[in-house]
Amino acid sequence: MTTMTMAKALNEGLRAAMRADEKVLLMGEDIGTLGGVFRVTEGLKSEFGPRRVLDTPLAESGIVGSAIGLAMRGYRPVCEIQFDGFVYPAFDQITSQLAKQTYRHGGAQSFPVVIRIPYGGHIGAVEHHQESPEAYFAHTAGLRVVAPATPHDAYWMIQEAIAGNDPVVFLEPKSRYWPKGEVDLSASGAALHASRVVRRGTDVTLIGHGAMVATLLDAAELAAAEGVSAEVVDLRSLSPIDYAPILESVRRTGRAVVVQEAPQQVSVGSEIAATVGERAFYSLQSPVLRVSGYDTPFPPAKLEGVYLPDVDRILEAVDRALAH
Amino acid sequence: MATDAIRLLSPEGVLIESEENAAWLPLISALSEQQLLDFHRQMAVIRRFDIEAGNLQRQGQLALWIPSLGQEAAQVGSGYAARAQDTIFPAYREHVVGRIRGVDPMRIIELLRGQDHGGWDPKQHGNFHLYTLVIGSQSLHATGYAMGVAFDGAAATGDPERDEAVLVYFGDGATSQGDVSEALVFAASYQTPQVFFLQNNHWAISVPVATQSRTPLYRRAAGYGVAGLRVDGNDALAAYAVTRTALDEARAGLGPRFVEALTYRMGAHTTSDDPTKYRDDAELEYWTAHDPIARFEAFLRGRGVGDDFFASVAEEGEDLAADVRRRTLALESPPATKIFDHVYTDPHPDVAEQRAWLLAYEASFGGQA
Repeated sequence: MTTMTMAKALNEGLRAAMRADEKVLLMGEDIGTLGGVFRVTEGLKSEFGPRRVLDTPLAESGIVGSAIGLAMRGYRPVCEIQFDGFVYPAFDQITSQLAKQTYRHGGAQSFPVVIRIPYGGHIGAVEHHQESPEAYFAHTAGLRVVAPATPHDAYWMIQEAIAGNDPVVFLEPKSRYWPKGEVDLSASGAALHASRVVRRGTDVTLIGHGAMVATLLDAAELAAAEGVSAEVVDLRSLSPIDYAPILESVRRTGRAVVVQEAPQQVSVGSEIAATVGERAFYSLQSPVLRVSGYDTPFPPAKLEGVYLPDVDRILEAVDRALAH
Repeated sequence: MATDAIRLLSPEGVLIESEENAAWLPLISALSEQQLLDFHRQMAVIRRFDIEAGNLQRQGQLALWIPSLGQEAAQVGSGYAARAQDTIFPAYREHVVGRIRGVDPMRIIELLRGQDHGGWDPKQHGNFHLYTLVIGSQSLHATGYAMGVAFDGAAATGDPERDEAVLVYFGDGATSQGDVSEALVFAASYQTPQVFFLQNNHWAISVPVATQSRTPLYRRAAGYGVAGLRVDGNDALAAYAVTRTALDEARAGLGPRFVEALTYRMGAHTTSDDPTKYRDDAELEYWTAHDPIARFEAFLRGRGVGDDFFASVAEEGEDLAADVRRRTLALESPPATKIFDHVYTDPHPDVAEQRAWLLAYEASFGGQA
């Protein structure tokens, strides 16, 4: 066990992946000499050189589109999109090209491209810098979508995403870049697409991913002080979603609250609520509830505390679930 | 035809052995008689195939057909300019190039019938990649691939028989797309061994090229720091010589090149299009008089090639058309579970679950999936 931040864990995970396979290369804006605006790639250009850590021109579609060509040549590109809200210029290359290439090629060619996106709120930034775009990508067949919540998962999941043979949208909760956590460098302990119960409880199941997992654990702690035992599930993977631990949990607790920073309409949380309703209907003692960002643009930073789910909104939903 | 376009064959099919063509003519002299005959054969046979495929669409056998009618010279010249080790990224109209690189035309028929979204493995078919229907997207794939060629040290060793280059096709409409611009930016930044081959056929469905650009398109290349040239795209020899040179310069490590071939889409954009709504007869008459295949035939006849050869080419075209018709009519629908094949490379639980559900659902009717 060692202790490090998620930013450092990602850095170490990328370093390990690059050492393990010389076909792994990193590409993105400001990721080389500067080490990325969040310093996740710090030191990698000096270790691996400019041919493997590319400071690209400032064009997101160009980054992803050329990564597809590099994959055709046998490379395993890892693209960094600088901020969540800047991924949309690459939307065609991600959803119409990257996601569908394996299908189009009838399996004759794999497209192991990882797209890292620092995402989510809580950092008081300007417009386009705090969004949660996961639903667009989870909705697209051919992509895998994952989001670590801890330094340990970040270290292992980035390596597993790179080692896999499919495109992966890798969402990094940027508000969790700097808190330290324990990392077991000897074993990951979970498959890339496994969800995981991170706190045991008996009265209600709280489900979330990314930065929301820490908020859920805080909420569960406060609930415990009021005599409510909340179980917490860290989704880790948003496409595919590993439902077995979720359903097992809900069948025990009879209640579920799904929490996300993203807007509610047609979201990952909505999908989970629908599936739990379909598959655990007779175990439920209350409707599955969602706590989400509002269906508005991400607001100006001074209002992000209103927009983002916090422990109070989560506990309000827990109260509503328990009232049934 | 613009005066700044390189032209080696006059519209009458006479080789123009002028001072200004001196740099290109040795490349033409180096072509064997058989190679010249093959130029003609590929153009004429694919034109016959093209007409047959259009008929098949009209008869309900294909969802869509995309004719290459009129653009055969730009395609045969550039297609033969590529060396065996080169990699080619087409748009979706490069039927002549596909045939040169070994793609069975039936694969294109199947794509446009709706049997498959792709149809062939580029590695097994002359490094000829799949058609890309989103305009210009393939330009970035080509540039990324060419970056990989450079990173691998597979270009610029000084051996043109081994050094690799990449050739990417796109049209005048695509030049307005951001992806083509980004591809040129990346190509220039990484000095990729790559040729951008623009077939300017004057129309992006119904929109004339003047709406895409108020400057000759090959001149845009200079703005990216990429050398650009313009050729008469209905002159197979000019298309060959200029593309051959551009590819060899690119493979030698001199950086990306841009070739604009001025040609004309004599047919519709696709079978869904009606060009009588937006272009006048005089324009079509002008270009019909500049038909690239008629020009090349006149050139070959001037060299003494006789009726026997042209009759054999016509027969080959008829045979291919009949074979394609026969094989198209024999096509069966793919199995239902093809829907789930190769969505991912690694196992995926949702795809497996939905596939199993479909099989059980189909079986519940007592039939076969």
